[in-house]
Amino acid sequence: MSIIKTQYNRRSFLQVSAASGGGLLLGFNWLTSCTSSQMADVPKEWFDINAFIKIGDNGSVTIYSPNPEIGQNVKTAMPLIVAEELDVDWKNVTVEQADLNTVKYERQLAGGSQSIRHGWNGLRMAGATARRMLMEAAAKRWQVSIDELTTTNGVVIHEAKGNKLNYGELAFDAATVAVPEEVELKDAKDFKLIGQKIKNVDGKKITNGTPLFGLDYKKEGMLIAMVVHPPAFGLKLKSLDDSKAKAMSGIKDVLLINTAPKEKQWSDTNAFPDLVAVVGESTWQVMKAKKALTIEWEEDTPLENSEDHERKMNEALLSKEGNVARQDGNTANAFKKAAKVIESVYSGPFLAHNTMEPMNFFADVKADKAELAGPIQTPEFLRKSTADLLGLSEDNISIQMTRMGGGFGRRLYGHFGLEATVISQKMQTPVKLIYAREDDMTQGTYRPATKIKYRAALDDNNNLIGFEAKGTGVPGSPLFPNRFPAGAVDNYTAESVKIDTNISTGAWRAPRSNFTAGVEQSFLDEVAEAAGKDPIDFRLELFDRAISNPVGEKNDYDPERYAGVLKLIKEKSNWGADTPGVFRGVSAYYCHNSYVAQIVDLVLENGKPKLKKVWCAVDCGIVVNKEGALNQIEGGIIDGIGHAMYSAMSIKDGKPEAHNFDKYRLIRHKEAPLEIETFFVENGIDPTGLGEPSLPPVIGALANALYQALGKRFYTQPFVDQV
Amino acid sequence: MASYTISVNGKSQQVNVDSDTPLLWVLRDTLDLVGTKFGCGIAQCGACTVHLDGDAIRSCSFPVSAIGEKKVTTIEGLSASNDHPLQQAWQEHDVPQCGYCQAGQIMNAASLLNKNPHPSDDEIANAMHGNICRCGTYVRIKAAIKSAAEKNS
Repeated sequence: MSIIKTQYNRRSFLQVSAASGGGLLLGFNWLTSCTSSQMADVPKEWFDINAFIKIGDNGSVTIYSPNPEIGQNVKTAMPLIVAEELDVDWKNVTVEQADLNTVKYERQLAGGSQSIRHGWNGLRMAGATARRMLMEAAAKRWQVSIDELTTTNGVVIHEAKGNKLNYGELAFDAATVAVPEEVELKDAKDFKLIGQKIKNVDGKKITNGTPLFGLDYKKEGMLIAMVVHPPAFGLKLKSLDDSKAKAMSGIKDVLLINTAPKEKQWSDTNAFPDLVAVVGESTWQVMKAKKALTIEWEEDTPLENSEDHERKMNEALLSKEGNVARQDGNTANAFKKAAKVIESVYSGPFLAHNTMEPMNFFADVKADKAELAGPIQTPEFLRKSTADLLGLSEDNISIQMTRMGGGFGRRLYGHFGLEATVISQKMQTPVKLIYAREDDMTQGTYRPATKIKYRAALDDNNNLIGFEAKGTGVPGSPLFPNRFPAGAVDNYTAESVKIDTNISTGAWRAPRSNFTAGVEQSFLDEVAEAAGKDPIDFRLELFDRAISNPVGEKNDYDPERYAGVLKLIKEKSNWGADTPGVFRGVSAYYCHNSYVAQIVDLVLENGKPKLKKVWCAVDCGIVVNKEGALNQIEGGIIDGIGHAMYSAMSIKDGKPEAHNFDKYRLIRHKEAPLEIETFFVENGIDPTGLGEPSLPPVIGALANALYQALGKRFYTQPFVDQV
Repeated sequence: MASYTISVNGKSQQVNVDSDTPLLWVLRDTLDLVGTKFGCGIAQCGACTVHLDGDAIRSCSFPVSAIGEKKVTTIEGLSASNDHPLQQAWQEHDVPQCGYCQAGQIMNAASLLNKNPHPSDDEIANAMHGNICRCGTYVRIKAAIKSAAEKNS
């Protein structure tokens, strides 16, 4: 059992309610939110134990999930960690989404697959501290030493005297116990909940149509708003004739709004701060009024084209100018004395996020305060920019986090929240802003378009003696200079070139890795082939080098864990035992603190590839919720395959060319792999996240399997027109 | 504005809306039935799928004026207490990630099973091809439909 000082992260969870009146939530109106069948089990009183835990006098437990839920299922996993240390029966736990509260919680953000990794210690302490306080309350009641007490499933037990009290009976006393200075945490071998397959806490509500999402949010007197942004990057409003629209039924007003905060944060990325807003009573009326607007646009900055981006990226890869981010040994010399040189250029397009729930937000702005609600991955940042725009203190702005119909990085950028805020302020009424799909898809914030040129040098013995990666992109390079194979090659260069653009870009699920992993792993397949080596053995040789005698000091990975997932997938997939008609490709990647190796098995049906099975090995340390983990991994695999195969956004005269799902292709049922099987490395290391890591490598495994099946390499995403 | 009386989840509802208003917005804005989702507005993603006399339709592109006497069923009315075999299978297989498309997926699958109680894998994939899941839960959706179909005697 480990002992942990509770002062650590104190601010984040030790908001013991003694400070606010003993934690007794009298008059809490719980009954109104329950159906009659549940009423018998409803507690009469609730006691706040800390910021995460509330216990009812009947033993019911409410655990608050601090972080935004975008489908990564932290709303199940984070409370599960609390419940484990609290030692309660999961059946008695109700999970509630916390609002934004930076006093009680830290890092209420969905991004970078970091919620579980960052939350782990604090969540465990929240549960363990509460358990300790309940035990102290029992020890006092029974006049015994706390050392004589144990707990199980929400009950404190004094074995010697046969005394038992459930947490509900102790909650009143526990809420006034001083917070312990240190607490014991469970040994991993004693986990009852962590590592199990636990169902999504919102599973029932999702399948019966309960309002959960931002788009479902309603408030009395609320109007609907939609915005019109310029149809092209580089255009701005020249003139607006709104007379027809204003005369239409249900339309309240047409506004010109500016939503740029004075102090811009990274999360305020937005190509279009100046907008036309239409406000009305119902969505359909507003949609129709938008079409009745006559708007002229004029050029503000040059209108760009995908062809120009392509040319500029190719020029950048040829140019002598670049920012060398890492140099080991003498790469030029290595290439001079090489027996074989392999060189390839890989390309990826802009991608839209295309969350199924389009951007939306609710705002109710008053003179002295503002209430916001909606889907946002960065509520803390949104509140800061809202305060800036309104000239209000952040204390007077509340943000309720609704469940999100997808995030993928899109909802890191909260301009839509600011738009709702400005519209509500001008209209002096509660407003829900809704984007139509076309508004959403053409707004920008795209994954950058990128290219990497790789070169590899092999000596006479087919050893990799030199490796060069030169990356560029509109606007930035996707390279990670200190990732594998850095550290495994004596002579290594990573170089980047930037290209300016007026297209807005942003983080898209597994930023940069979502391109770099796939193409690096495709290229290593080419190099292994040129070296006459099995692609897994070739990689394992490199990891051996990185383990035994690493090059450089700043290598961003643990080569043993990296090799570990490759070895696991090699064994589980029976790699090397060929099945006639099945074509296999392998890849491995480390990003967002988790290690993943994958093998794609595909067959040809009438000459067309069909994905039979994806094998996946994952090292994310301790698996918190196995069901959620498997689901994330499967989703990431399908997302990666889908975008590599089918998706792209092109730009013509500044205009995004796809506006909706008729032109923008996303993977669908028939194109998904028939089966996905995942294996976890069991090592007891503290957990890391899974929202992103399974996506990037599968693109390489797919391209490598396609090469085996079709005999050609896949250099340009998407692949669909090349198969 | 015109007045329409439509049957939704077994209840007769009178609504006053423009005649070209898609059923989706009548459900969401007028009748407060927000389980049916807005995804694309052009019948390409399936998030808005509901039943019209048991057949799956895309409510975003179906004007209220075309409903007539036919009966509309939404996710809220698919079963009396969230116990349709598909709703149960969706929970057993823990299908949802973000969950936004799932009401449409379930409604489309329910219409499939009405017509074809024991679909093959290919028939499932073909029938579900119009419903996008951006989170990529397709493998679980297929497994859940197969489980629910197994319960059809």
